[in-house]
Amino acid sequence: MHLSSQMIMAQMMLGLNNGAFYAILSLGLAVIFGQLNIINFAHGALYMLGAFVALLSYTRLGPLLGMPGFHMNYWTALIISPLVVGLLGILIERIMLKHLYKMDHLYGLLLTFGLALIIQGIFTNYFNVSGTSYNGMPEILGGAMNLGFMMFPTYRLFSIVISLAVCFATWFVIERTKLGSYLRAGTENPGMVQAFGINVPLMITLTYGFGVGLAAFAGVVAAPIYSVSPIMGEEMIITVFAVVVIGGMGSIMGSIITGLSLGMLEGLTKVIYPPAANTVIFFMMILVLLIKPAGLFGKDQ
Amino acid sequence: MNRTLWLILFLLGLAAPFVVYPVFVMQLLCFALFACAFNLLIGYTGLLSFGHAAFFGGAAYITGYLVKNAGLTPEVGVLAGTLAAGLMGLVFGILTIRRQGIYFAMITLALAQVVFFIALKSPFTGGEDGLQDVPRGMLFGLINLGHTYHIAGRPLELNLYYFVFVIFCACFWLLHRTINSPFGQVLKAIRENEPRALSLGYKVERIKLLAFVLSAALSGTAGATKSIVFQLASLTDVNWHTSGEVVLMTLLGGMGTVLGPLVGAFTVITLHSELSAIGSWVTVVVGTTFVVCVLAFRRGFVGELARVLKRSL
Repeated sequence: MHLSSQMIMAQMMLGLNNGAFYAILSLGLAVIFGQLNIINFAHGALYMLGAFVALLSYTRLGPLLGMPGFHMNYWTALIISPLVVGLLGILIERIMLKHLYKMDHLYGLLLTFGLALIIQGIFTNYFNVSGTSYNGMPEILGGAMNLGFMMFPTYRLFSIVISLAVCFATWFVIERTKLGSYLRAGTENPGMVQAFGINVPLMITLTYGFGVGLAAFAGVVAAPIYSVSPIMGEEMIITVFAVVVIGGMGSIMGSIITGLSLGMLEGLTKVIYPPAANTVIFFMMILVLLIKPAGLFGKDQ
Repeated sequence: MNRTLWLILFLLGLAAPFVVYPVFVMQLLCFALFACAFNLLIGYTGLLSFGHAAFFGGAAYITGYLVKNAGLTPEVGVLAGTLAAGLMGLVFGILTIRRQGIYFAMITLALAQVVFFIALKSPFTGGEDGLQDVPRGMLFGLINLGHTYHIAGRPLELNLYYFVFVIFCACFWLLHRTINSPFGQVLKAIRENEPRALSLGYKVERIKLLAFVLSAALSGTAGATKSIVFQLASLTDVNWHTSGEVVLMTLLGGMGTVLGPLVGAFTVITLHSELSAIGSWVTVVVGTTFVVCVLAFRRGFVGELARVLKRSL
C-alpha cells in the first residue's frame, strides 16, 4: 500500500492535537496524584463539564440573564470555565476528598468514580449524547493555514500551541519555582513541609482545584473541535488512564511527552491500520507493562 | 455462620420463583454470583479490579455464540464461557499482578476496554445489536430449559430457574470453601500485610494470580448463565459501567463478608428495576450511592450488621 507523506503528516498533526489533550489531562492526574494520593476518576467528567460551561455560557447564559443577545465569547470562557470548575473542585476536596487521605487509595478512586457518574448522569438527562456543536469559535481562528508541507485548520494549530504552552507553564512552575518546590516537597514528606510552616492542607486543596481546572481548560479548547457531549469525558478518561500507566506518574515532563507521542502514534495508526486506531494505546500499554512494569518515566516501587 | 441460616436461605432460593417473578430472581442470582466472585478479589485479597465486566461480558458472548451457532448444550456452553473467562483472567493477571493499588485498577480498566472494542468491532458479536436470540436449549440434551409450566395461572420457567439456582449454589459453595481453606487464609494474610506474607515464604504473586483467575472464571460463569437466561449478550455486559456496578454491589453489601455481595446485588438490582422509569437519573442515584458509601458506609450493610452482632457474617 502506498502512503503519501502528506496523508501521514496530516494524521500526525491531528494525532498531535489529541495528544495535547492527553498531555493536559494526564498532567492534571499526575499533579493531583502527587499531592492527594488519589486517582481522580472524575477528571473526564470535569473535562466534559469545562466544555459545557463554555457551551452554555455561549448559548444559554444570555437568555437566562435577560439579555438574549449576549454570548460569552471564547476567550472569556477560556478563563471563566477553568475557574468555575476549579472552584467546584475545591468544594469537592473540602467536603469529601479530605476525609479520605488516611485511608486506602482505592476509596479515593471509588469516590471520584461516583462523582463522575453523578456529573455525567445529570448532563445525559438534559443533553443529547450525540453532541451539540459549539459555535463560539473566534473568527480570527477560522480557516486554514499553510504550514509549508500542508494546509492545516488554524484553530487546531492554535489548540496545539495553547495546550503545549499550558503544559510547559505547569512544568515550569512545578520544577523551577519556589512554589513548585513546596509542592514537590509536599509529595515527598507532607509532615515535614507542614513543620516548616507551610499550610499543607491549603496547598492540597488548591492543587486539586488547579488539576481539575486544567481538565476544564482542555474541555474548552476541545469544544470547537469535537461536538460537546455528556459522554466525551468517559471516552477520554480511560485512554488517559492508559497514558498514565504507560508514562508512570512520577514525572511532569514524562506525562507531557507520553501524552503527545501517544496521540501521534494513534494518528499514525489511523493511516496505517485504521481498525486498530482505537486500541493502539491500550496495546502499547500492554507492551510497556511487559517490558517496564513501572511505566516509562515511573520509579520502581 | 450457622447451618440454620444457610438452610433458610437455601429453602428461600428453592421457593423464590413461586413468589417473585422468576426472571428477576435469575437476574439477581447471576449478578450475586458475579459480585461474590468479585468479592474474592477485593474483599479477601485487597485487589480492586475495574475490568471485571470483560470476564462477565466476554463469557456471555462466547457462551451465546457457541450455544447459538455451534449447537452446544447450555451446560457445555456455560462451561466453555467459564473456561474462556478464566483464560482471559490468566492473561489479564499476568499483565497486572505485579502492579498494586490504583495502578492495578487502571490497568484492568484499560484492558477491559480492549475487550469492549473487540466486542464492538468483531464480526461474530453483532456489534451494537449484540448477540440476540440465544437458544436456551436442552440441558444434557434431555431437559428443555425453555419449557414453561403453568401453575396457578402463572407461567413459570422452572427448568431454567433450577438450572441457574444449581449453578449459583455450586459456585457459591466453591467460593465459600476457597475463602475458608488454607489458601483463603493466605489471601487474607496478603490483604493485611503483603511484605510479611512474602517474608513468610508465600509466593505472593502466584497466589494473587490464582485468586484473580478463579475470580475471573466465576465472573464468567455468571455472565455465561446470564446470556442463557436473557438469551442475549450485549455491549452493556462488557461496558465499564458494569465493572462499576459490581464494585458498588460489593461495597454496598460489605466487602470481605460472605453474605455482603448477595445483599448488595439484591439492593442494586432492585434499585435498577424500581427506578427504571426515571431513565438516566439512575446513573445519578448510583453515583450518589457510591459517594455516600465511601464517605459514611464503608463496611456496607452486612459489615455493619456483623459489627453490631460482633460476629463474622
